[in-house]
Amino acid sequence: MLLIFLGCSIALVARAVKLQVMEVDFLLGQGEARYLREVTIPSTRGVISDRNGEPLAVSTPVDSVWVNPGQLLDYPEKIKSLSGLLNANAEEIERKLTQRAAREFVWLQRRLNPDVAEQISALGIPGVYLQKEYRRFYPAGEVTSHVIGFTNIDDIGQEGLELAYDSWLAGKPGLKRVIKDRKGQTVEELGLVKQSHPGQDLSLTIDKRLQYLAYRELKSTVLQHGARSGSVIVMDVNTGEVLAMVNQPSYNPNDPGHDSDGMRNRAVTDVVEPGSVMKPIAITSVLENGLADPATPVETTPGYIVVSGHTIRDHNDYGLLDVTGVLTKSSNVGVTKLALQLEPEQMWDTYRRFGFGEATGTGFPGESAGVLRNHSRWRRLEQATIAYGYGVSATPLQLAQAYAAIANGGNLRQPAFIQGSDNPPISAFDPAIAHTLATMLETVTSDAGTGKAARVPNYRIAGKTGTSRKASASGYAARYVASFAGFGPVSDPRLVCVVVINDPTGDEYYGGLVAAPLFSKVMTGAMRILNIPPDNYPTMLVENSDPERVQR
Amino acid sequence: MRAKILVLILVLIADVSSALGVVYARHESRRLAIELGTLEARQDEGLAEWSRLQIEQAWLADASQIEKKARRILQMQQPERTKVLVLSP
Repeated sequence: MLLIFLGCSIALVARAVKLQVMEVDFLLGQGEARYLREVTIPSTRGVISDRNGEPLAVSTPVDSVWVNPGQLLDYPEKIKSLSGLLNANAEEIERKLTQRAAREFVWLQRRLNPDVAEQISALGIPGVYLQKEYRRFYPAGEVTSHVIGFTNIDDIGQEGLELAYDSWLAGKPGLKRVIKDRKGQTVEELGLVKQSHPGQDLSLTIDKRLQYLAYRELKSTVLQHGARSGSVIVMDVNTGEVLAMVNQPSYNPNDPGHDSDGMRNRAVTDVVEPGSVMKPIAITSVLENGLADPATPVETTPGYIVVSGHTIRDHNDYGLLDVTGVLTKSSNVGVTKLALQLEPEQMWDTYRRFGFGEATGTGFPGESAGVLRNHSRWRRLEQATIAYGYGVSATPLQLAQAYAAIANGGNLRQPAFIQGSDNPPISAFDPAIAHTLATMLETVTSDAGTGKAARVPNYRIAGKTGTSRKASASGYAARYVASFAGFGPVSDPRLVCVVVINDPTGDEYYGGLVAAPLFSKVMTGAMRILNIPPDNYPTMLVENSDPERVQR
Repeated sequence: MRAKILVLILVLIADVSSALGVVYARHESRRLAIELGTLEARQDEGLAEWSRLQIEQAWLADASQIEKKARRILQMQQPERTKVLVLSP
């Protein structure tokens, strides 16, 4: 027994002596061949999905190929077969590598097709390595490109929410210490230096179905009227959540290129002089300062008015209107007469409370605040033009925010794009006035109004048309911005929608002819998709039903 | 003398068993490291597959594709207004 143990311990000692004394050269060589390395653990970028969990931006691993020029240049014939696979010129690759021969790491091609990567790895060329990288895919393509934006080749957000929420979406790559052999293969993991954290997912308020619907309709309207650009926003009245935001022209975020014109998220970055869609704001100011009520008569004959030597015209002589009629007919003369009774500060204050002249604060890159000059600098003519939407500018998103406040009993909510955003309602004006205003705006879609084309079958719609001439270096040109802003169903407003069509080149350029039909199409589809009950469904049930079916 | 021998025996036992222990632990750690590597690779593969499937699903469920198929191949139409019946909730 004792002998066995003695034998064992002698063997151990002998082994130790052999390793420490006799084989020292061999082991040192081994040690040098193995490297202690710190390698990064890649982390994935979070998924962006719509309000129903439909993925809108997903990262998936792809291989990129890099080379160690020193090693590869020893095998010139291999470069040929490599260039064949990469569809590249062999001489060019060789030149590129020769120039960078002193380096140990040169990207050859990034984000390969999986089958190409497999073939390269099968060739087993010395000095050619594959590196796993993540590539971002946008399944909805150009439909969601302005909201979501895109990332660059290093997976850093460049536009849209990818940029605004870059640090939230991006993971934190980890670091681990490993021993690698001469071939770069990991022999042993020694431990974690830094834990890797995957990026967090982002859940948007956008509804992909509405987004697609709005995009499709906007695209066909822009095409039909030969317009330069356009935007549509659909927003939930009660929560301020943006359900759809689309622009034309658009771009493919999967291959963005450098077309900066198509990349602009016009609904947020571009300001327009809104024209008549601003009139309800001026009327709000008149109502809340007690200067008139909806039935107060306003004389608009002879169809023009001179303010500070400048003539403000209506399309027709509308004769004697009441305040409601001023909105129904969109009379510049009427709104001018009403607004000029206000102190500039009163009017300015109302506009401010509707959110004009101040960015909505959604965090979108390049968001514009629009322009609303301080009332102390308003002249009389300026006050008149601001009442009908000139000399003041706003983004389509600001208009949506303001109209949502009218629809939501005077409560202004910051537009939200991310679920769970903190956007408490701020009381902007009296709920009773909001209600009155909604009733007045409903007349715009009546037979007498300018926005008949905005009607949605079975739903009561309130809104306002707008047609404004575009300002240019030589005054106002014969180019227009057609718009419509409105909401419905009026008895219990759920959706607000703003349409802005920039520079329609056809014969039609009025908001009521260009923007209102688009509003109607988007809202009709949205009401159906979201299952919003019509205003008077018990009556409708009878009106619409097939008599035989009712009897059964 | 006997006590010394006893101590020697004990020390030898401890020595040999610790040597065997080291060998075993070393082996086990290698085995576990390899297993961890395989499992991590499988997890990565699984996640990659999941992301690919998500993208594929989104492509296939693309609204414009579905609309095209519904309208052209299946000849589907939006019902006329008079054919819509609204049910009270």
